[in-house]
Amino acid sequence: MCEACPIVDWEKELPTVKSFTARRVDATMTEHIVWFDRYNEGHKPFVGGKNASLGEMMMAELPVPPGFAVTTVAYDQIWQNQALVDGVNDLLRTIDHDDFAANVKTANKIRALIEAEPVPEAVVADIGEAYNALCRHCGTDSLPVAVRSSATAEDLPDASFAGQQDTFLWIVGADAVVENVRKCWSSIFTDRAIAYRHSMGYLHQTIGMSVGVQKMVDPISSGVAFTLNPINGDRSQVAIDASWGLGEAVVSGEVTPDNFLVDKVLREVIHREISDKGIEYRLTESGHVQKMPIEGDRRTSPAVTDDDLAAIAILARRAEKHYGCPQDVEWALDKHLPTGDNVLMLQSRPETVWSQKPKKSVSSGGYDAMSSIVSTLVSPLHDKKTE
Amino acid sequence: MSKSFPSPFEIEGPSGVEGWEELYPYSTSFSDHRKEYEDNRFWFWDSMHWGKALTPWDATFMEVALAALSQMNSRHYRIPPADGVDFRVLYGYAFLSPVGVDPSQIEARVPQFMERAGHYFGNWDNLYDNWLDKVKSTIDEFEALDFSPLPEMEELEVITSGSAVGSGTKLISEYNKFKDLILQAWSYHFEFLNLGYAAYLDFFGFCKEAFPSIPDLGIAKMVAGVEVDLFRPNEELKGLAQKAVDLGIARAFDDPNNVVLEGAAGLEFQAAWDVAKDPWFNFTSGNGFYHFDKIWVENPDIPYTFIKDYIARIEAGEDISRPIEAIQAERDRVVAEYRDLLGSDEDREAFDGKLGLARVVFPYVENHNFYIEHWTMSVVWRKLKELGATLEKDGLLAAADDLFFIRRDEVNEVLWDYYANWAVNSPTASKAHWEPIIKRRREIHAKLDAWQAPKALGAPPEVITEPFTIMLWGITSDSVSNWLGSDEVDENELTGMAASPGQVEGLARIIRSPEEVNDLEQGEILVAPITAPSWAPVFPKIQACVTDIGGMMSHAAIVCREYGVPAVTGTGFGTDKIKTGDRIRVDGSTGKVTIL
Repeated sequence: MCEACPIVDWEKELPTVKSFTARRVDATMTEHIVWFDRYNEGHKPFVGGKNASLGEMMMAELPVPPGFAVTTVAYDQIWQNQALVDGVNDLLRTIDHDDFAANVKTANKIRALIEAEPVPEAVVADIGEAYNALCRHCGTDSLPVAVRSSATAEDLPDASFAGQQDTFLWIVGADAVVENVRKCWSSIFTDRAIAYRHSMGYLHQTIGMSVGVQKMVDPISSGVAFTLNPINGDRSQVAIDASWGLGEAVVSGEVTPDNFLVDKVLREVIHREISDKGIEYRLTESGHVQKMPIEGDRRTSPAVTDDDLAAIAILARRAEKHYGCPQDVEWALDKHLPTGDNVLMLQSRPETVWSQKPKKSVSSGGYDAMSSIVSTLVSPLHDKKTE
Repeated sequence: MSKSFPSPFEIEGPSGVEGWEELYPYSTSFSDHRKEYEDNRFWFWDSMHWGKALTPWDATFMEVALAALSQMNSRHYRIPPADGVDFRVLYGYAFLSPVGVDPSQIEARVPQFMERAGHYFGNWDNLYDNWLDKVKSTIDEFEALDFSPLPEMEELEVITSGSAVGSGTKLISEYNKFKDLILQAWSYHFEFLNLGYAAYLDFFGFCKEAFPSIPDLGIAKMVAGVEVDLFRPNEELKGLAQKAVDLGIARAFDDPNNVVLEGAAGLEFQAAWDVAKDPWFNFTSGNGFYHFDKIWVENPDIPYTFIKDYIARIEAGEDISRPIEAIQAERDRVVAEYRDLLGSDEDREAFDGKLGLARVVFPYVENHNFYIEHWTMSVVWRKLKELGATLEKDGLLAAADDLFFIRRDEVNEVLWDYYANWAVNSPTASKAHWEPIIKRRREIHAKLDAWQAPKALGAPPEVITEPFTIMLWGITSDSVSNWLGSDEVDENELTGMAASPGQVEGLARIIRSPEEVNDLEQGEILVAPITAPSWAPVFPKIQACVTDIGGMMSHAAIVCREYGVPAVTGTGFGTDKIKTGDRIRVDGSTGKVTIL
């Protein structure tokens, strides 16, 4: 085992579970639940990046599916049990970062330990109460929800945990929600997450885990939107990818989605490319998400109408204005909401490629009408285009 | 580019047209002594202005327009990279070729251009006011020309005033003056146009750099005027339709070929009509370049038909007025949002300056068409028809419209025959001389007219720099390579300019001449070689519009945008590939037309 290994450091420096509660910045926070529509900046360290982003979107009146965060305060409670901490530490000590197969097993053992840990009654009660309130809000008593990990790392605001924590879809019932919240907590110790922290030199105890519980969207179609043209950085357009069913097909790259370019100013679709879409992810009657082949005309039919595109573009633009920089948005078209009101935003992140480049100035120094016209005549644009 | 268009010398015209060259001046023919020059150039058929075979007199306006355009580029303003646009007639059709400046000469022309064009840009508003006065007084001069038959005896006043110059010599002078005024009017037509296009292109280029995929339409929307004289005739029709409804005489228009206006209400309508028609109904149903184009004032059934349509819409409770405030607000919104998206304050300053200049020049770009092609040309054709009627009446020609089969300078010989034999009081020679020639010319012309001219000839250009070619004809280096490669593309798909946004599907109707416009049925898609502004009243009826030729600033594109009808212009082959009754999809936002 190498000397720089943070896992050893973790055990050495922080021999007891107290370390988990000690990572707090604000000891006044006691809530187990934070509703997205009551989110504020102060909640951020307790709800994780993903939940904070959903809360902020909701505060910006972006149509995010309703839900709540189970805060890190709840998560920290399980570590009050010293036996659990010792058990986890024992297993971590056995890890050899070069033995991939063995580590998968070890990680599974750690997760099983955490998942066997009883959830404190107060936490169970708070989650159950919040879930039932969400059901009432949506007019049902058995609302399917998505249960998602939302990791938070003190002093590591730029750390990316993308894709490393688990997401559980189509969960129904308070007990099942609690069960899956616990799975999210344990997902902090997936083999991938352990390896990631190891390679980045992050300490395990700096990571807290919040969980998002959000109304499940049952989409007709879904996809992503960029608030600029990704090909040339033109900020007067929104580029939209769309495919049938859940967004997984687009995000994973399993289908070539339909591709559209919507002009922000003219509010018109100025480019459209309809693809042959082979598969979709959708909910089966048994409540499972399944990859299914797409049959017949649907394969080559547009997955969105022009009205949908306009609505998606408007929302993406609103997110861009709210965050003050180009955005990369995940959206879905909900089956159960009325047309015109059924575009939901699942996520909004800063666009990273063009946003890194400084905005290019296209005017060359002071404006002079005549020299400008001469240069236009002498090197006309239409020549440049054909080069 | 390795591919090439056929040489003008290889084109096989229709059979039975031997001697067709005589219908046009020798200077417009492709000829062996200029073969090397002509063979190495790129020539495109200007079907936008001259989609039908030219008659001998009508060819005048092709020659005059192209010479006037060219002299502004080459001799007046010294446009640095562009001289004129050369022109030829091949089997009755106009072929044009932009002429570039030798690269070594361009720099020397820059200061000349800056001084000359700078004067116009710097004094634009005054010069434009002055221009309107000049054009109106030219029209008055046309109107004052006297082409009436020569009298049996001169008025006594000719004697008592001691003038000695009689009606016969005056008629010859009047005809020469008529030809001179045509040159003058067409100089006015191009006085500002090249400069206007240059300023527009400058703003256009800036927008394309700032927003690489901005649709051309977005740029046009920022510049286009809100109140434009070219739309005025149509607005007057709407006003008259409302008037007819208000006066309770709407039913009088049920049969546009037989409108009887009676009683006080009829008189009141007539008075309103008289106010509107001068000048606004000096409006042609074509593009002004053919003697057979129908002019509203002379063919009231055309405006009556449109009034009837508007009456039906008013009676159906529709608001047909033009929402000036909404149009203005939309333009302001588009400008503000693009401006906002720019990267720096420096860019915003340049944007403001360029947009400002483009807007100063644009009223001229939009309005000259009404004043020259419609109003002036309406008077020109009327005068020429008067002269034809006089020559028929006094036995010089078998029919008044034979005049259009005589070249403009040959007419001087007819007038001389008329004058001399009127003076001598002896038989004229013209009718017998011209009868077989005109019979033959009519036969040739009919065969030429039935022939399909090729889109382009000669060597494809490396680059196109002439502002008109790009702005007006929509011919760019891209569209030329598109034409060349057209045999390789999907037979059921056409690409053109995204001229007016929106996507629709519907049944196509091919309209090749203004006479067919009224065949259009509600909800059809108009497919035409080109449309004329005077077809505007049918735009509420149609779902979309597709044209073979025309750029962003073609008259078709302007009118389509104005009426919110999706349009794709400059498809090249729309009327070849699409047939009446075909189901087609038009995407005016992407410039694609698909035959379904």
